[in-house]
Amino acid sequence: MTEIWRGTWVVSYRELLRFVNERSRMIGAFAQPLIFLVIFGAGFGNLIGSVAPGVNFVQFMYPGIIAMGVLTTSLFAGVSVVWDREFGFLRELLVAPLGRTGIVLGKALGACAVALLQVALMLLITPIVGVELNLQTIVLLVPIVVILSVALSGVGLLAASFMRSQQGFQLLIQLLLFPLIFLAGVFFPINQAPDWLQAISKLNPLTYGVDAIRQAFLGSEAGDALGVTVLGHTMTLAQDVALMAVFAAVLLSIATWAFSRQE
Amino acid sequence: MIIEVDRLAKRFGEIEAVKEVSFGVEPGEIFGFLGPNGAGKTTTINMLCTLLRPSAGSALVNGFDVRHEQSEVRRSIGLVFQQTTLDEYLSAEQNLRFHAYAYAIPADVREQRMDELLAIVDLADRRTGSVRTYSGGMKRRLEIARGLLHHPKVLFLDEPTLGLDPQTRRLIWDYLLRLREQEGLTIFLTTHYMDEAEHCDRIAVIDHGLIVGLDRPAALKRAVGGDLVTLAAADNQAAVVEIEDRYGAEATIRDGTVSFQVAHGAEFLPEFVRSFSQPLASVTVRQPTLDDVFLHLTGREIRDSELDAQEQLVAGMARRFGRGPRG
Repeated sequence: MTEIWRGTWVVSYRELLRFVNERSRMIGAFAQPLIFLVIFGAGFGNLIGSVAPGVNFVQFMYPGIIAMGVLTTSLFAGVSVVWDREFGFLRELLVAPLGRTGIVLGKALGACAVALLQVALMLLITPIVGVELNLQTIVLLVPIVVILSVALSGVGLLAASFMRSQQGFQLLIQLLLFPLIFLAGVFFPINQAPDWLQAISKLNPLTYGVDAIRQAFLGSEAGDALGVTVLGHTMTLAQDVALMAVFAAVLLSIATWAFSRQE
Repeated sequence: MIIEVDRLAKRFGEIEAVKEVSFGVEPGEIFGFLGPNGAGKTTTINMLCTLLRPSAGSALVNGFDVRHEQSEVRRSIGLVFQQTTLDEYLSAEQNLRFHAYAYAIPADVREQRMDELLAIVDLADRRTGSVRTYSGGMKRRLEIARGLLHHPKVLFLDEPTLGLDPQTRRLIWDYLLRLREQEGLTIFLTTHYMDEAEHCDRIAVIDHGLIVGLDRPAALKRAVGGDLVTLAAADNQAAVVEIEDRYGAEATIRDGTVSFQVAHGAEFLPEFVRSFSQPLASVTVRQPTLDDVFLHLTGREIRDSELDAQEQLVAGMARRFGRGPRG
């Protein structure tokens, strides 16, 4: 048990250290969502106008863009495992008394810490977007981002267990990334999409992350109008988080199992 | 015994990487695994350091079972692999600190030990530099320092000087011998360099997954059967006959020279040259090397088996799509 715990913090510490040491990744983590926001905001903003009463397109999209940033950062947990395997560092981890579970949890929590940093940076542009930022929103965002990030790093880590090479993994991630983003309600409200698309979206953990973050920013009223309906019931923020926690537990357990079995 | 290996075996599908090996290593010993690439050296090391699960047999390291007491084994050993396992984007210090955290070394011990080890491996002035900027030899030295940071009982070195220039190789050996002296450390290493194996207290010669000889280097060489005399005569065939008749030694012709073994080459040579019936183009006498030991034990030169093993490896990889004994 102490080994798992130590593994978790040691590995996540290194992930954070690597992130801070690599300025390009830091800039990228901030710039990529910003570019999406600016381009899509400018492109669709005037076309679409208001999405719900009192919510314009940029205000609608901004929470989704935050979730998208969390997605790319979290999938990086998997990239990091593949890198370590390819450059040999994984062996240093594997022969240390850390436990395989500790290594996987450390990668997930490392991505989680980076995601929190990234979201904090993203919050700096709320005045430009025209979204109100208060203390309550920030307090709500922390658990949402943590749980969403752990669930999504589970996806990345699982993918990493199946891919030996960097190229193969990149391809798989590219293949996953766009469906995950476009089927999560980042750019359009899920409940206005055709039935078949709604059905797929509801299997996507990111959908609930987008919904939870949107409700944290826009309040439950706007959330109701735009929200996700599962079995005829519109998800509340707490239910979104609970469902994501289930996703996180399941995905991470499978990822840990796959990693331990392989290494 | 600090390492006890009993009928250890590993197979990957139909390939028997290690057929069956048994040996013991004493505390404070430098023990070498000598053999061509693909002989099963790395696979054996990987089993001993818990990276691979044995297919059969048992192994104890520092009294702990490599199958059932993995954590205890991991805590008892330091490792330097063939390929670098450093984080190249971090500095030397950061790599060492990470290692210290991973092995739960107390902070005061850690800093003192880091200073000591960085001084020993001559990297004290480059400690804050990014590992990316290091040369191959520096990286290897840093890995050795890192492998020793947590006071392991056994240091495993898998081809510690592979791909390094002769000067760096000698330097690294100086460090290792000094460390053994100062720390009383047990060193287990694999190599396919003969001169490197000379540093070992004992050597196990491994070929095709089996140990074919195990002893002190001097004893292994003695077993070859004395000094090697090599000569070139006008008529090599006649020379062979004469040598076999007069001295009862078994002589062979290889690459246009005749070679045979005698107990004491230096004393033998003057009399031999004086009384030999035909003119000699050249005569040399040398003590047997580990190359001769390998030839004697396996009937092949280590270089020949190298090619052989590589072909097998390529064939094996093609069959199994790279999911080999690595990682």
